[in-house]
Parts: sequence; structure tokens; C-alpha cells
Amino acid sequence: MNIRPGVLYAAMAVLLLLVGFIQSWQLALTIINLCLISSIMSLGVNLQWGVAGMFNVGTMGSAAVGGLAVVLISASPVPEAWDAGGMGVLFSGCMLVLTIALALWVSKLMDGHRMKLWLIVMILLVGLTLTRMVFLPATAAIESVDAASTGYLGGLGLPVALSWLAGGLFAALVAWPVGRLVSGLRSDYLAVATFGISEIILAVLRNEEWVARGVKNVTRLPRPVPFEAELQAVEWAQNLAVWSGLPIREMASILVKLAYAGWFLGVLLIIYCLLQRLQRAPWGRMMRAIRDDEEAARAMGKDVGRRHLQAFVIGSAIVGIGGAMLVTLDSQFTVTGYQPLRFTFLIWLMVIIGGSGNHRGAIFGSFLIWFLWVQAETFGHSLAWAVGVLLTPENAISVALQEGAAQLRYVVMGSILVLVMRFAPRGLIPEEQKEFTLDKR
Amino acid sequence: MTDILNAFSHITSLLVIPGLAYASQLAFGALGVTLIFGVLRFSNFAHAEGMSLATMFCILITVWLQGASVSIAPLPTALIAMFLAIPLVALVFIGTDRALYKHFRAINAKPEVFMIVSAGIMLISNGVIRVVIGPEGQSFADGERFILTAREFREWTGLTEALVLKTSQLLSIVLALIAGGLLFWFLNRTQMGRSMRAYSDNRNLALLSGVDPNKIVWVTWILVAVLSVMGGVLFGLDKGYRPFVFQQMLLPMFAAAVVGGLGSPVGAVVGSMVVAFSELLLTFAWKKFLAYLLPTGLAPESLMQILATEYKFAISFLILVIVLLIKPTGLFGRATK
Repeated sequence: MNIRPGVLYAAMAVLLLLVGFIQSWQLALTIINLCLISSIMSLGVNLQWGVAGMFNVGTMGSAAVGGLAVVLISASPVPEAWDAGGMGVLFSGCMLVLTIALALWVSKLMDGHRMKLWLIVMILLVGLTLTRMVFLPATAAIESVDAASTGYLGGLGLPVALSWLAGGLFAALVAWPVGRLVSGLRSDYLAVATFGISEIILAVLRNEEWVARGVKNVTRLPRPVPFEAELQAVEWAQNLAVWSGLPIREMASILVKLAYAGWFLGVLLIIYCLLQRLQRAPWGRMMRAIRDDEEAARAMGKDVGRRHLQAFVIGSAIVGIGGAMLVTLDSQFTVTGYQPLRFTFLIWLMVIIGGSGNHRGAIFGSFLIWFLWVQAETFGHSLAWAVGVLLTPENAISVALQEGAAQLRYVVMGSILVLVMRFAPRGLIPEEQKEFTLDKR
Repeated sequence: MTDILNAFSHITSLLVIPGLAYASQLAFGALGVTLIFGVLRFSNFAHAEGMSLATMFCILITVWLQGASVSIAPLPTALIAMFLAIPLVALVFIGTDRALYKHFRAINAKPEVFMIVSAGIMLISNGVIRVVIGPEGQSFADGERFILTAREFREWTGLTEALVLKTSQLLSIVLALIAGGLLFWFLNRTQMGRSMRAYSDNRNLALLSGVDPNKIVWVTWILVAVLSVMGGVLFGLDKGYRPFVFQQMLLPMFAAAVVGGLGSPVGAVVGSMVVAFSELLLTFAWKKFLAYLLPTGLAPESLMQILATEYKFAISFLILVIVLLIKPTGLFGRATK
């Protein structure tokens, strides 16, 4: 029995408890909540990279689409905007679908014909121009409806927990056509293509204000837990505060965070159990076989393209669920917050340091990396202070460190990634390779 | 007649010259990406940060030179700083190669591993840039800003539409032509360049013929350093240096390299042209141009823009997808397995 995972998890728990005792319990819970969400996202990436061996660097796109789902499902609808341009947008959507269908139909009908390409280009040009003529006025009308507070179509006003499922579904719906397009590509091209698609998803979200207000952000989204102010008025919370000796305001905030943690932990456990089952099922074995030797798997009659597509879609859906939960935690959808460093490369780092192909490892990696991500700033400040004492506080180096203390986290994260790749490429909790038991005969 | 001249002047000033300048800056980046791919066999995610880092060195040296009142006015001081920055950047690149990539070459790691490591280097450089120069923009351009200002041109020709030419634009185009010429001369005419191409074509065959792989790798990184410094500085002079603007260049650079065929230097140059001009043509407001050429009654009312300017980066990606679907090896790439 391997005791390493147990020791690592215990050490992580001690670290988080220390944060609670030394810094504050609120901070500890904030860290834990984001660790839980990151764990879910990294499980998605782990399915794609660790299990299926697909180099997808478009994680940010899935997370953003998941976040968008929260807005579209749970924000309250804006009837004035629907009156102003809802029909126009729907109509132009139908026109777009018709254009594409016509182009596909012609492409089938005229297979091999000399003029095929030109005809398709003509159809697309005319169709898209006509669509634009309906689409642009409609969206302009929507965006001008009370632009300061709404100016978008709003959502459906459904319970917010439902939007987590929807987040997964949306991300899967986006991932499916993308996967069809890219899943056969070589890893270099796959990386560039997925990276590009995630940037485009963000560009669309930033500029199409009628969808989710673009850079103006959607705030005050509903949440699945009570507000702090409500809790402060409840009797058992007040009693708890008296018993623990904490001020009631702090107690309420801790309780809210605990409630969130409960939700997130539940979702994480469900996804983890499902993935573990998949891992042990024939499907998991097949995926690992494909990852380790694609040619051999192909020779055994496995449809590699289809399997890759499956892993891509399921993985993106899981990341989408995580993205939706993150938006719920902040109760706002901030488009500018989606940066590839934070939402793609950091998640990748979590998977790799934990141990690719191994879900327990991915979860541990998420906890460790998010903890370091938050604490790197504290560390940076102490480093700046130490340098200031050693040299002088006015020294150029210590001034740069003081100002850049928060920025040091990028250096720390990059160094960790590089060092792990160099010295422990299989991660801190390496994947157990049951298939290779030759030495135990 | 004046209308036609005005239309011509308008389009040259706002489309042709900026397009050429942008394509030149892009070509520096795309050539770097393609050289690394050809010789070292991976897509370098740290390339944009590398350019940013190179520019940062150059800015620091420029400030130091300005302090020592060294100047080559009317040209920007950054041009001298460039030559001092190149050895520094080459040292940084070769240093990272020795510390990291060398090991992974030795164990014959998969291309994905190289990409992950390059992402790690991207994070580190990003942090270093933030700590050293801060996330704000820096202005380091000095010397004469314009070669041809709007007023001069109007007085000289009497046209309403002015043809403006910035120093940074002309510098980008001229230096790109010189650097490109030298690079192709090096790759095609010198012994070292030929070995490099042989190594990128068929590694084993080149090794059999006695090519020293270490030397090839060194020379590649030096070339990449030169290209990064020049591209980064020219882009910074033209658009103003903001540390993270280079990250947005990563996608167009990759797109340009893929369009031309990863690993092909000629392809990278042509690909940069394709990407730069598609971006500009599709987001250009054609209203004024058409207003000059069409009869008065027919002049368009809207901006006549095919796509909103915000979608500039989406265009480079669209090109990328089309190329990947129709001809994955790119325009000049050879079919690999």
C-alpha cells in the first residue's frame, strides 16, 4: 500500500489549518473554496491530457462558457430587451443556420464540380450579408435598452444550482464542433488551434454586449446560499458566534463560505466518483492504451478519433461546471477576468504537479498550487522585507521586490512547473500503472 | 482625378503602410517560431514573452544611453540599444536551453513535454518582466517621430487626404527587408545555414553526415534572439511598449507560421503578409475610400467595415483554421507524417 498520497493530503490539511490559526479562518475557507473549484477544472483537464493524451490548451474557453451559462440560466430576464430585439436576434440566428445548411447541401450536391467552391463562397457571402442586415440593428436595439444597468437579453431566472449543470452542457456543446475540427490534429497544431479558439470565445464574449453585457460585467447573480446579512439576524448563528467568541459578522461570513464549500465538495465528490468508475471501466483502459500507443490501439481496431472526441467533450464539460461554480461564488460574471495564464496554464500546472493520469493527484495538485498562488504574495512581501533588511530599504532591488511582491507568483509557478517537468515528470502522486506488472511475477 | 488621388493617398496612409509595417513586425516573430519549430521541433509558447523580455532589456539600455546623452537623432536611440541587447538576450535563451531543453532533447521527450516546459518559461518571464519593469506601458521612442507629416504632405500636394509615414513604420519595413535578406543568405549560402536546414529536414541523416547538433542549437537560439530583439523593439516603437501586448501577438505569430508551413522561413514571411493584411482589410472602414471613388449619390452611410476592430485576433485564427482544414502543411510546408 502506497502511503504517499495519504501523507501529502495530510500535510496539505495541516497547511490549511495553519492558515486558519495564524492568518484567519475566512482566508482559509476562501482558499479551500477556490481549491475545490480548481480541483474540478483540473479533473476535466486530467481527463483530456492525463487519460486521453490530448494537448488541449483551450481550458479558459470552457471555463468562460460555463460561466456564461450562469448568466443565461439564472439572471433575471429583461423583457424590454426581448421586445426591442429578441425576435431580430432569433430571426438572424435562423438565417445563419439556413445559410450554413444550404452551403452544406450544395457542397454535397455538387461534389466534384468545378464551380463548387465559388458557389459555396457566394452562398456564404450573400447569406452572411443578409444575416448581418437583420442582426446588427437588433443587437443595437437590445444594447440601448437601459444600457447602464441592463442592455442585454438577461437570463431565464431559474435556480442557480441548475446553471452548474447547464454550464457543463454549454461547454460540451461548444466543445463538440471544436473537437470535430481539431481532434485529428497533431499535438502542435492541436495546441495552437485550441489556444486560438479559447481566445475567440473570449473575444466574442467581450464584444457581443447583448449576450452578457461584455466588459460591463453582469453583477449580483443569484447564489445558492443565504446572504451574510440574513444570517446575522438568525438566532442560532448569533448563539454560535457567542459560543465561539467570534464577532457575529465574521461568523456569518464563515458560515456562508462553509455552505459554499459544502456545495462544491458535493459536486467534486460526484465527479470524482464518476471519473474513478470510468477509469476502472474498459473505457478507461482503452483510453490509456490509446494514449500510450496510438498506433497499436488503432491496429486493435479502436476508433482513436472518436475516443479523443469523447474525452475532449467530457473534459470540457467538467471544466465548464467548474467555471459555472466559480461565477456563482463571485456572484458576478467578469469577462476581463479570463486570462490564459490563470485559467489555462495554472490549471495545467495543477494537473502536472499532481500527477497526470491520476485523479487523486490532480485534486492534490489543485490544492497545493492554489495555496501557493495565494501565499506567494505573502512570501513575496517577506522576501522584499528580508532583502530590505540585508541591503537597504532604498536599494533598487528591494524597491522592485516590494512593488512586485504580488507578481513574484508567476515566477514561483513557472519555476515549479519547470522543476517538476525536469525532476519528477510523473508528478507528486504518480499514476499507478496496473498494466505493467512484469516485475512482480 | 483629385478624388482618385485622395482615395489612393487615404488607403496608402491607413492601410498599405501600416499593413506592411505590421507584417514586418509579425514576420520577425513568425520567423522565430518557425526556426524553433524546424530545428528544435516544438511550438514555443514562450516566444511572445521572449520578445517582451528582449524589448525590456532594450528599453533599460535605451534609458541608460539617454542618461549618458548618447543619441543618433533623428533616429531613435533604441536602434543602438538593440545591438547591445542582442548578446544579453542570446545568453538568456541559450541559458534556458542548456538548463532545460537540452535535458529533454537528451531523453527524447515528446513534443508536448517541450510545449509544457515552454509554458513554464512563459510564466517565469512574465513574472520577471512584471517585477523588473512593472505592468504599465513604457515610452522609449525618441528622435524624429514622422518622416512625412500630414501638414507637410497637404502643403506639398494640395490633397485633402494626407499620406503619413512614421519613422517606426519605415524602420520596420526597411529593417525587415535587410534582416530577412541576411537570414535567407545565411540559410542558403553558408555552410552553417545549410547544416541547419539539413538538421531540420532529417535529423538522423544530418547527424550521420557529421553535423554538430549542439552548434546548430546554439546558432538557432542566437538567430531567434536577434529576431526577437528586432521584432520586439520595432513593434514597441510603433505601437508603444506594454509588457503584455506581446501575448496578444502570440496567436497572429503562430497563425502566420502555420499558414506558411511550420518550419519554413519563406512561409513565415508570406504567412505574416497574409495574416497582417487580412486583419487590416477585414477591419478597415471602407467608407471614405468608397466615398471618394463612387458618385456622390452612392456614397455609403455606414462605416463599411466587414468586421468590428475588436475581432482582429479572431481573423488570424480563422485563417489558421481554414489552412488546417484545407492544407495542414501550410503554403510552403512539406508533407510530414
